[in-house]
Amino acid sequence: MLAFIGNRALLAIPTLIFISFISFVIIQLPPGDYVTAYAAQLRHAGEYISPLQEEMMRDQFGLNDPMIVQYWRWISDIVLRGDFGYSLEWNAPVSTLIWDRLMLTLAISSASLVLTWAIAIPVGVYSASRQYSFLDHLFTVFGFLGKGIPDFLLALILMWLAFAYLNMDVGGLFSPEYQNAPWSLAKLGNLLSHLWIPLVVLATGGAAGLIRVMRANMLDELGKPYVETAYAQGLSEARVVWTYPVRVALNPFISTVGWALPALFSGDVITAVVLNLPTTGPLLLQALKMQDMYLAGSFILILSVFTVVGTLISDILLAWFDPRIRNA
Amino acid sequence: MGNKTMTRTNMSPERLLDVDNVQVHFPLREGLVKAVDGVSYHVNKGEVLGIVGESGSGKSITARSIMRLLPKRALDAGGRVEMQLRSGEHFELSSYGRNSRAIRQVRGKHIGMIFQEPMTALSPVHTIGSQIMRTVQLHMGLSRAAARERAIDLLAKVQMPRPEQLVDAYPHQLSGGMRQRAMIALAISCDPALLIADEPTTALDVTTEAQILELLKQLQSELGMAIIFITHNFGVVADIADRVSVMYLGRIVETATVDDIFYAPKHPYTQALLRSIPRLGVDQGRRLPTIPGMVPDPFSVPPGCAFNPRCSHALAGLCDVQEPPEKRFGSQMSRCHIADQFAQEPVHA
Repeated sequence: MLAFIGNRALLAIPTLIFISFISFVIIQLPPGDYVTAYAAQLRHAGEYISPLQEEMMRDQFGLNDPMIVQYWRWISDIVLRGDFGYSLEWNAPVSTLIWDRLMLTLAISSASLVLTWAIAIPVGVYSASRQYSFLDHLFTVFGFLGKGIPDFLLALILMWLAFAYLNMDVGGLFSPEYQNAPWSLAKLGNLLSHLWIPLVVLATGGAAGLIRVMRANMLDELGKPYVETAYAQGLSEARVVWTYPVRVALNPFISTVGWALPALFSGDVITAVVLNLPTTGPLLLQALKMQDMYLAGSFILILSVFTVVGTLISDILLAWFDPRIRNA
Repeated sequence: MGNKTMTRTNMSPERLLDVDNVQVHFPLREGLVKAVDGVSYHVNKGEVLGIVGESGSGKSITARSIMRLLPKRALDAGGRVEMQLRSGEHFELSSYGRNSRAIRQVRGKHIGMIFQEPMTALSPVHTIGSQIMRTVQLHMGLSRAAARERAIDLLAKVQMPRPEQLVDAYPHQLSGGMRQRAMIALAISCDPALLIADEPTTALDVTTEAQILELLKQLQSELGMAIIFITHNFGVVADIADRVSVMYLGRIVETATVDDIFYAPKHPYTQALLRSIPRLGVDQGRRLPTIPGMVPDPFSVPPGCAFNPRCSHALAGLCDVQEPPEKRFGSQMSRCHIADQFAQEPVHA
């Protein structure tokens, strides 16, 4: 088992080098660079910047160096000094920009993940063990509705309902009066009153799909002979279902739990933009639009580290959960 | 169907199980399938009853109706199943609901069941020990440690090699024969009075089959339990059974002691089945006789005797019109209009 983990961890290193290089190149592929985007933005705002100034900026940021030099400068700082570089647009270290938003992102995403599973697993199990019952049909309808409605639309509808009928202040995380206030119970309450919309939006979208997956997995498992064996032992239906087929049907979930890690980090960008949430998703989107390559590159690097680590975690969990894989 | 009307208020003391006129139907889009159409048999204490029939004859479904483990879409269309233990306890199994507490007290405790597929009949993600322990803890109220001890003892009893280690093995680490041994250990874990073995050796190779049969015989005499042994293989029945019931299209066509079945069969279907068993050194170079025709489609069971279109003795105007009654010759029963004829001139198959 230890050799297995060590082996996987070693394999991750070349993967990460490759990903970081490719992502750095791709970010720079579109014509122009950060200065071009910056100049265009200034012109849009009615200001002017001379080509000479542009050149000076490029020199200053080192944008004229060959790409490989720029890549080396960036990656060696990260590896040797843990320095993710400087965001050109925000004029601030990339690490502070990202870590500032990271806690909130992780909090929202993991809460919605837990909520998603808490809804999807029991509902999926119920739907499968009472196939074609009234509630199964009802869950199916809601499942397809949840899957069919785009998250951002649901977010907009909920915001409108909350604003128009519940007289709630929506969007962002805090009402203006709490924005800069020190932490207090009232501020926490205010946070929670804002947080339910993103949680509901993210959880319904995810749960709708997972219910179908869980139901299908369970239907496969419920027909297997070992379930009949379990009934033949005199176990109650609930014990049979939760001890045996659910345990097997969860394996596909376990094998994808690692992907939740990068998803937690990037969050749901569109929903976050609509709801004006200061999570990492909108930051990444903006960085890509502005070709803010150190910020964007660091983002993608962190994402890929999370993906690789997440996959490793999945593999380990699955091996721990399913003896057939452990001994294979 | 002469004696069906007789209501048994008391089972005779040597009886363990009485299955009386059980009917199981499947309502399908194409029509009603009477998978089990009035099956009656009994099992005495400590006896092995073999049930032989082709696939689809309803032998497994009848066994599952004893355990109340019918598929959800099956319709329990009537009949009575009663069980009576040595202790005098009496259960009217047919009155219990599928998930009732009453039937759960019987399953696994008084009736154990072995299934055909040792590959898939055990949970792939639990050790065989933990599966046995769960049953033992449920019915015998043992502690974890005591249950584990018992699981190891049981594995030793079914002659599993290295039981102390294999108690922690997962099914995929075991061979087919060893899995079936684990399955048997699970089925007998609470010393049941009755063991239902549903084609337990069909998925195994012949050598392993012989070992498993030997083991079942040994356990049966050791524990004094009765066995209902379901199979399509007459050779296996000859090896293990005391009495045999032959099923065809959801009915029992003949029941007799194992000797009478082999040496004095009184139903043309039994005779035809026995003739189609290949034998070493007999009739070499001749084609093996087969039963003409196919098992009829369950939606259109022929009128009269269901076997009449394939029967070489069928009498027009009788067999294809009138359902044959149960005819008794001592302990032998045959559902054939002309069974008396076979009684006078025993057919040596």
